[in-house]
Amino acid sequence: MVAADSEGPRDPGVRMFRRERSIPLRGSAAALGNNLCVLHLPVCNLTHFGVVHGPSAQLLSVAPEGVPLAQRQLHAKEGPGLSSPLITQVHWCALPFRVLLVLTSHRGIQMYESDGSVMVYWHALDSRDASPDSTQAVFARGIASCGHFICVGMWSGRVLVFDIPLKGPNIVLSEELAAHPASVTDIASEPAQEPDCMADVVTADDSGLLCVWWSGPEFKLLTRIPGFGVPCNSVQLWKGIVAAGYGNGQVRLYEASTGALHVQINAHARAVCALDLAPGVGKLLSAAEDTFVHIWKLSKSRESGCTEVEHCHGECVPDTQLCGARFCDPSGSSFAVTGYDLTEILRFSSE
Amino acid sequence: MSVRTLPLLFLNLGGEMLYILDQRLRAQNIPGDKARRDEWTEVDRKRVLHDIVLTMFNKSFIEELLKPQELYSKKALRTIYDRLAHASIMRLNQASMDKLYDLMTMALKYQVLLCPRPKDVLLVTYNHLDAIKGLIHDNPPLLHLVDETFRQLIEVYGCLSAGEFQLIRQTLLTFFQDLHIRVSIFLKDKVQNSNGRFVLPVTGPVPWGTEVPGLIRMFNSKGEEVRRVKFPHGGNYVIAPKEGSFEVYGDRVLKLGTNMYSVNRPMETHTSGTSKNLASQTQQSIAPNPLAKEELNFLARLMGGMEITKPSGSEPGFRLNLFTTDEEEEQAALTRPEELSHEVVNIQATQDQQRNQELARIMGEFEVKDQPRWSASKGDDLLAMMDEL
Repeated sequence: MVAADSEGPRDPGVRMFRRERSIPLRGSAAALGNNLCVLHLPVCNLTHFGVVHGPSAQLLSVAPEGVPLAQRQLHAKEGPGLSSPLITQVHWCALPFRVLLVLTSHRGIQMYESDGSVMVYWHALDSRDASPDSTQAVFARGIASCGHFICVGMWSGRVLVFDIPLKGPNIVLSEELAAHPASVTDIASEPAQEPDCMADVVTADDSGLLCVWWSGPEFKLLTRIPGFGVPCNSVQLWKGIVAAGYGNGQVRLYEASTGALHVQINAHARAVCALDLAPGVGKLLSAAEDTFVHIWKLSKSRESGCTEVEHCHGECVPDTQLCGARFCDPSGSSFAVTGYDLTEILRFSSE
Repeated sequence: MSVRTLPLLFLNLGGEMLYILDQRLRAQNIPGDKARRDEWTEVDRKRVLHDIVLTMFNKSFIEELLKPQELYSKKALRTIYDRLAHASIMRLNQASMDKLYDLMTMALKYQVLLCPRPKDVLLVTYNHLDAIKGLIHDNPPLLHLVDETFRQLIEVYGCLSAGEFQLIRQTLLTFFQDLHIRVSIFLKDKVQNSNGRFVLPVTGPVPWGTEVPGLIRMFNSKGEEVRRVKFPHGGNYVIAPKEGSFEVYGDRVLKLGTNMYSVNRPMETHTSGTSKNLASQTQQSIAPNPLAKEELNFLARLMGGMEITKPSGSEPGFRLNLFTTDEEEEQAALTRPEELSHEVVNIQATQDQQRNQELARIMGEFEVKDQPRWSASKGDDLLAMMDEL
């Protein structure tokens, strides 16, 4: 691996990542946060990509060299309302026994088998939940799986917890968590790092508040980390550390169990739109509307218990307001990004 | 998406329209005593602008606009601007109206995209309103009307959170998605690339409330900073000097939304080569929409508050050409790519007078081009009208 180029002048000759073949999209990516999801299938050496265009989302199956093999378009289910509903997010949930594709929109929550071929569950947003003077738009946003649960956030700040059976469509809404005063933006989870930390789910909202949960038989709120009004658009959880990307371009790392701030990075000049993790190697990817992608190496010092961050790589996608970014493999040696108005998924990989 | 977007969209597009019309009318200005009957004078120009501003800021119209509601289709919005542009003695051909709308939308797309903070969309709006006040400064009642709107905007938007502004900006960007019309003035100023994409600079001041990127600070469990490391962030940013004012009067600091047209600047648009990305977009607008009825009702409600002044008596409507010559205008109409034609809704009177009293009242003030069609189902009637456009 090439050494990290965090200090000193950058040598333009030493590039850690090179542009790979782009994957063309039928429709441009919408200006949403977290607008790229990736499902890596090592068994058949295929990678699935999902991007939201607007009222539709596109799923693609791609071979190793970036050659698209198959694609499918999904639409938000219509319901009462004026125009065709917009999709807010699409995300693969890898549960221990199955993978489901979840799609959230301004009408509700749709769950499909992982290739998007069959819808197994539909949850309509209750219009009665809307505020009486309807000064707020109604939508679902923020998707993550945790054990045998799938958590989905709502415009109201509530988080719906669905119990997923081993197979079949018998999905049940088991709990509604009410801890956020503002619309949920993103949800992340990781297997609990017992005994050090029970926290395994973190939810984020438009006010910047982070809620850290333990997903027992019933979810329990462990910590609240305020955001002081700056929206938190994307969140990740790694070894008991919460990584959060904010609307003012900062990426902050907190101790999940206590809420203590460990690291503050002035990472971007515009809102962070996506974060992703390569958990095995402790790499964090941040993308923002300032056209930049940065890769960070996270580590926990055993003695001090402090978290350390090292900048590994920065990439500029000229004139593109990024809206999604993901690592494409568990080692973090390749990543993909989407941008507003861009009709392709850009791919980068290192040697 | 956000239900607070329409007023900002409408007022900003309206502002751009006024900038363009003002520039165009000045360019075609003929000294009063030398003008023929069909030529534009300074007096005519002022009259057109005043009439449009009066219509745009009509009290009940603004009231209707400020109600929380979803953004309506591009078609519906285009219809309103068609009516607005014809609120006075001025007449625009289809080709000129298309060009006007292209310029308006691309300008606003640029401004929204380059807004440092989502909340700065409000500063862009206030820049437009400030400039509009400048255009009608010699008309105190009209100034008062604009100030009233200003105050109402401050009331509605003053307490919205950063998260809500982020949603508003996303909603606006969704509205402008896939529009890549090249505008000469943008190409010349190098703010737009030849492929129609806007340049996003990585230099200059960071948004108010953002730190200059490049610093990592690490803390221990007691909250004490233990290490700070710089990293190469790739841009060349500086700290924001000051925040723009959100009051009725004040220094906005931001230049986006101010009038970039001066008499001699060209305003050509290039519509060729932009059709590639429109496939998905036009599929939506061409397919018959079963909810079109609601849209027409919205237009009726909205334009019910829009009082249109008809040209009185024997005064001819003055035609304004957005192109340099009449031949150019004709040529533009012929060569405009099919996908880019902005279909305009022609609202017609229908059988059910009582239900559509509002529509009928407005129709009394509009030019009815075709004979109304009668059919068994009123819903089908309305839809058929949409289809035939």
